[in-house]
Amino acid sequence: MLEITPLHYNLLAAALFMIGVIGVMVRRNVIIIFMSIELILNAVNINLIALSHQLQDMSGQVFVVFIIAVAAAEAAVGLGILIAFYRNKETVNIDEIQLMRW
Amino acid sequence: MVDTIIVPLLKIAVLINALLVSVTFLVLMERKVIAWAQSRLGPMRAGPYGILQALADPIKLILKEDITPAKADKYVFTLAPIMSLVPALVAFAVIPFGPDPFYYISDINVGLLFILSVTSIGVYGIILGGWASNSKYPLLASLRASAQLISYEIAVTMTLVSVILTAGTLSLVGIVEAQLESGIWFGFIQPVAFALVFIGGLAETNRVPFDLPEAETELTGGFHTEYSGMRFSLFFLAEYANIIVISAVVAIMFLGGWLRPFPNVAALSFLDVVPPWIWLIGKIFVFLYVFIWLRATLPRYRYDQLMALGWKLFIPIAIGNLVLTAIAKVAF
Amino acid sequence: MAEAIAFYTLSALILGLGIMVVSARSAVHSVLFLVLNFLLVAVLYVILGAEYVAVIQVLVYAGGIVVLYLFVVMLVNLKREPEQFSDPRRLGKLGTLLAGAVLAQVIGIAVYSSTRGTTQPVAGGLGSDTPFLTGNTEQLGWVLYTSYLIPFELVSMLLLVAMVGAIVLAKKHL
Repeated sequence: MLEITPLHYNLLAAALFMIGVIGVMVRRNVIIIFMSIELILNAVNINLIALSHQLQDMSGQVFVVFIIAVAAAEAAVGLGILIAFYRNKETVNIDEIQLMRW
Repeated sequence: MVDTIIVPLLKIAVLINALLVSVTFLVLMERKVIAWAQSRLGPMRAGPYGILQALADPIKLILKEDITPAKADKYVFTLAPIMSLVPALVAFAVIPFGPDPFYYISDINVGLLFILSVTSIGVYGIILGGWASNSKYPLLASLRASAQLISYEIAVTMTLVSVILTAGTLSLVGIVEAQLESGIWFGFIQPVAFALVFIGGLAETNRVPFDLPEAETELTGGFHTEYSGMRFSLFFLAEYANIIVISAVVAIMFLGGWLRPFPNVAALSFLDVVPPWIWLIGKIFVFLYVFIWLRATLPRYRYDQLMALGWKLFIPIAIGNLVLTAIAKVAF
Repeated sequence: MAEAIAFYTLSALILGLGIMVVSARSAVHSVLFLVLNFLLVAVLYVILGAEYVAVIQVLVYAGGIVVLYLFVVMLVNLKREPEQFSDPRRLGKLGTLLAGAVLAQVIGIAVYSSTRGTTQPVAGGLGSDTPFLTGNTEQLGWVLYTSYLIPFELVSMLLLVAMVGAIVLAKKHL
């Protein structure tokens, strides 16, 4: 219990991942869903850095840098879409964004 | 145990005290210098030549009534000035006042990036301060201020990359050592970067000529309109602490930090009697004086001119400087 | 010992703040908890010896992306409560239960596979040949610009495309 192995980091990352997934499922505000997706990405990052530290391989950290860059791009475009939608429909409730549902 | 926990804690206590006291004196210095620039004398009543005004101002602010607007979010309202002040103080953890480990709290490998990242957390104080006041003028002002801050952050970061290329390391102690080795201060090797970082630093701290977000005549006080008493004093302290941080960073990166002029010329070694931290503090004073001098002299930029300057002029110059530095580094 | 204390406090705070992000009523409070979460994750990276990635996390994630979220939260300042209407076909509680079950499974798998022997450093992996460089930044830079050069260029193209896309989407008049 006192020695921190990569297993501990795996468990932390898994728990954070699940918190993010629950956030995506339960909340109806689109912005909070986006933020839960960022939590999911962070959980994956923690896993990668822990394994990179254990295996002494820099590929994990390179991957994390790429994930951060891609998360930035995705946040920008996602929020752009949200703003464009908000101008038309005046809502950010994801249950009301259902123009293309059956 | 002693030197990993007790000594750094003592250093932190000394540093924070020194910073906060010097910020109050910086406020007084600004009032005096602007007054002398306008052919008047400034505060002269409190103490000899107005020196105790630096003590009187904080006491006045602490004793003022603490008003929270009715519908403001009171947790965020209290958190905003704290989120503005703490990053300005934390940035001082990596600033070295001398070559010996006694003179700095820590020297991390990524010291310069640490300062930049901590400064970018300071933007939250401004955004939240405007939003938590629940009133129109502060909200608009805070949006404008934070947009200005993040635009100029990009320009300053790209410029600093070319300085990092010249120095070869990200740690601040390493950058000063690189200036010692090459014998010339980086301000002479990279004059464009020097000018750009200084002007970007003016924009980052909301100082004239970029101080539209807190211009009293345009926006009734900007994002700290609704703040009074202790919370306003925290915003005030944060702004001046940021000025000291930017001056320190510019002094370390471009003017040699704690090195005396011509550090490798043995003929001038009689100047070594002056301890290194006095050199750095002297250089910081020079930049503080220039900041205040600019405030007394220049008119302010309109907001669209300000943003156009940041995006359309500074970022291309920064990228051009980076490319030229990289070419020079490979060719020579 | 010190690492254990640091890890347990940090992970308790990270998970607690994550739960607050997901369950805060006001969106601005959610954003604030997210910032704190990212700062603590950066501290975790420093403990793991990846200080450059930690600083990039603070600079880009906490200082850039979350500022973007805060701007959008402030601009989408609604008069009515954003979460009033709820689709009756939602099965939120069932989803949470399933997520908990999957989490228990993942924990079980992780604990079981960790009792089956530890992993050894990979010899000849793409990023494992940099012990001659000191410092996390230098090692990361070396691997990034030699072994991973093409993904690096692709990510820069991706960022350019995302920038152009975000500007086009958010402009009122093209």
